Amino acid sequence: MYAYDELDRTLINERVSEFRDQVKRRLSGELTEDEFKILRLQNGVYLQLHAYMFRVAIPYGTLSSKQLRRLAHIARRYDRGYGHFTTRQNIQFNWIKLAELPDALAELAEVGIHAMQTSGNNMRNVTSDQWAGVAPGEVEDPRIWSEILRQHTTLHPEFSFLPRKFKIAITASEHDRAAIKIHDIGLRLHKNADGETGFEVLVGGGLGRTPFIAKTIKPFVHGRDILSYVEAILRVYNQYGRRDNIYKARIKILVHELGIEKFAREVDEEWRQMGHSALTLDHSAIEEVRSRFSYPPYEKLPHMPDELKEAAHDPLFERWRKNSVAPHKVQGYSIVTLSLKPVGGPPGDASADQMDALADLADRYSFGEIRVGHEQNLALPHVAKRDLPQLWKALDRLGLATPNVNLVTDIIACPGLDYCSLANARSIPIAQELTRRFANHDTADMIGRLHINISGCINACGHHHVGHIGILGVEKNGEEFYQITIGGRADENAQMGVLIGPAVPYAEVADVIEDIVEAYLALRDRPEELFVDTVKRLGVEPFKERVYATR
Amino acid sequence: MPLVKNGRITTDLFVHVADGAELPGDGAVFIPAARFLEDPEPILKRAGKTGVIWPNNRAVDDLVPYLGRLAAVALVFPTFRDGRAYSQARLLRERHGYDGELRATGQVLRDQFVFMSRAGFDAFEVKKDADADAFAETMKRYSVFYQPTGDGRVTALNRRMQLRHSESAGQ
Amino acid sequence: MTSPLEQKKIRIAGPSVVTANRTWDGVVVYRTAQQGWSTVLSDAAIVSTSDDARALLAESVADDVGAVGAYIAPVELNGGVIKPGNLREHIRSKGVTIDLLPA
Repeated sequence: MYAYDELDRTLINERVSEFRDQVKRRLSGELTEDEFKILRLQNGVYLQLHAYMFRVAIPYGTLSSKQLRRLAHIARRYDRGYGHFTTRQNIQFNWIKLAELPDALAELAEVGIHAMQTSGNNMRNVTSDQWAGVAPGEVEDPRIWSEILRQHTTLHPEFSFLPRKFKIAITASEHDRAAIKIHDIGLRLHKNADGETGFEVLVGGGLGRTPFIAKTIKPFVHGRDILSYVEAILRVYNQYGRRDNIYKARIKILVHELGIEKFAREVDEEWRQMGHSALTLDHSAIEEVRSRFSYPPYEKLPHMPDELKEAAHDPLFERWRKNSVAPHKVQGYSIVTLSLKPVGGPPGDASADQMDALADLADRYSFGEIRVGHEQNLALPHVAKRDLPQLWKALDRLGLATPNVNLVTDIIACPGLDYCSLANARSIPIAQELTRRFANHDTADMIGRLHINISGCINACGHHHVGHIGILGVEKNGEEFYQITIGGRADENAQMGVLIGPAVPYAEVADVIEDIVEAYLALRDRPEELFVDTVKRLGVEPFKERVYATR
Repeated sequence: MPLVKNGRITTDLFVHVADGAELPGDGAVFIPAARFLEDPEPILKRAGKTGVIWPNNRAVDDLVPYLGRLAAVALVFPTFRDGRAYSQARLLRERHGYDGELRATGQVLRDQFVFMSRAGFDAFEVKKDADADAFAETMKRYSVFYQPTGDGRVTALNRRMQLRHSESAGQ
Repeated sequence: MTSPLEQKKIRIAGPSVVTANRTWDGVVVYRTAQQGWSTVLSDAAIVSTSDDARALLAESVADDVGAVGAYIAPVELNGGVIKPGNLREHIRSKGVTIDLLPA
């Protein structure tokens, strides 16, 4: 955990009082909506279909139990008793009142949580691997760097009014769980031949109307130079990014229009001119930030405790363990993923009661720490293996032990037309129906790893382009239709899915997905061949035939 | 439109000279960039001070040769949502060492004063009277800053390291 | 959300209302014939010509302190009962279509 000091606390309190003043001026009419809109967005406040929506940052997906309890309190006191975890390690509340927002922010600030820059044309929440600091084989904890970047980009005087929003993600593992290739800047921490820590820097990734996989702009930037290099990219973007057309304003369009080589030359020239500056991080500066991350006092525990051997006789426990428990870098410990995708539930939602109960479990079993992943699930990052059976029972009672992590019912979905003012079609009911169709866990296990991602409009908050199966809601003559893509992925081999054919109406989506899955089961050359690999091997055609032959 | 300079509302001594208009013989003037660059010498040799209004879509490099002879540069925010002038301001101050008046013009509102000041602006043509009146108060909103810019404010990281240094020195 | 500016040229095809979200709490509201806002759809002023729709919208947008993001929305009239004219407006009027968290 990163511990806020007096300076961090002062800054977020100053931000809260500034926003309190801005809300007051808005409600009195001193500020017009046109003037206020950007100010509220920069504090995470959207206007959605039913009400204001409030998006709170969970930097690099790390939460303390105390913070989670406060989020539960916010859900209960200011909202309708639940929150929605997003694909960028944020949590959203759907029914907040503008007049009460300053109080909600002040209560969050007390536990070191803020909503700064969770919207607006500025640097958004810096995201990272939800297993950061605990995954085996990691280069080093990427959250140190995430925090350095978070501070540097918070209320940045030069880059708070960029052409468009800007998202950074960081990973330090070979397997990319942070989806860095679909970010404006993706950073892959690695070591050079001299053993020095630095970053492969990727730029220009993104989804939405014009999806692009990020391209490598520099294979190695030394850690001490990362702030100046990012600043050089941002300066080039701030000056040359398009501002005439909102759909062409993201950095991916600038990179695409200039070409990565020319863009890289612009950045390098700017970086060269910056030279050695105050942005260069010396060793002590990095260590200063590192020193404020604390790690649990792990015990020396056996690799295979008796409790685990005994519990292995329970097939339900075993199914959950095999599905949701991952290896930890410390012997005797595990990382436990908590599915927020119960059968029939809205993906990523958690009730205030669940959040409170989970905070208690985190205190008992995970050194008071909780993680949030971009797949809209939570994790307990430091669970002693001997505690797994007890933890499982407790999670099961809370509805947080659905053994479907990475399976067909572990669906990423945006809020869609049920909540969102941009949406063309609903996402959540499609996800709910699919979880019912594939509710049998044996079937889901047999199908294996399969990511379904659903977006209710082209803005792609549900990451449909990079779902193994992607579902995109569109509107045709006032009716909801859905385009289906297959073969996308968001990891280190990220690529966009391919459209299989004409959009299908709302009522047929679940049938079509079932057809695609059945086609895969018939086509895969062995049970271990994942859906996405079968699509890669055979292409879209056989799936297309199966879906449209009878339609 | 009130002008705030050095933290106070002051009288604007500069006259904005439009493109076709005749150049006054003396007194401080603001000249549009294109007109200035067309023939800078006669303008610079006038009796009064020279200021240039620089658009936000042109690299400041073209202005750099003249910076030492300019009394003021005005950068433009066509809307407060267009942040290009922040980069221009930092480049003028931090890279090119410009130390004359740097004026924010256009849609200049209260809620951007701190950002503008940190980027190097020291004069503000403020859109609303109430915002100009609130200038001093608004500038006190923040006491903690994460980024090093040319404004000299000490960053949070530096304060932490100083604190750590003084703690360890005291032991 | 369709901004009022984009709706300048829009012609309505049937009975319509002006809807927005109330500024202080964000709740869905409808413009009334008494130049106010109501949370109840049946209180809404109904317009049936494009000129009337634009006039009602202009008046609504002018009340920037009262409500935010005003736009013209279609309604259906069945024997004097007003119903939302499309799915989006149905959801705004009646709430989400989904089951929330399973108990």
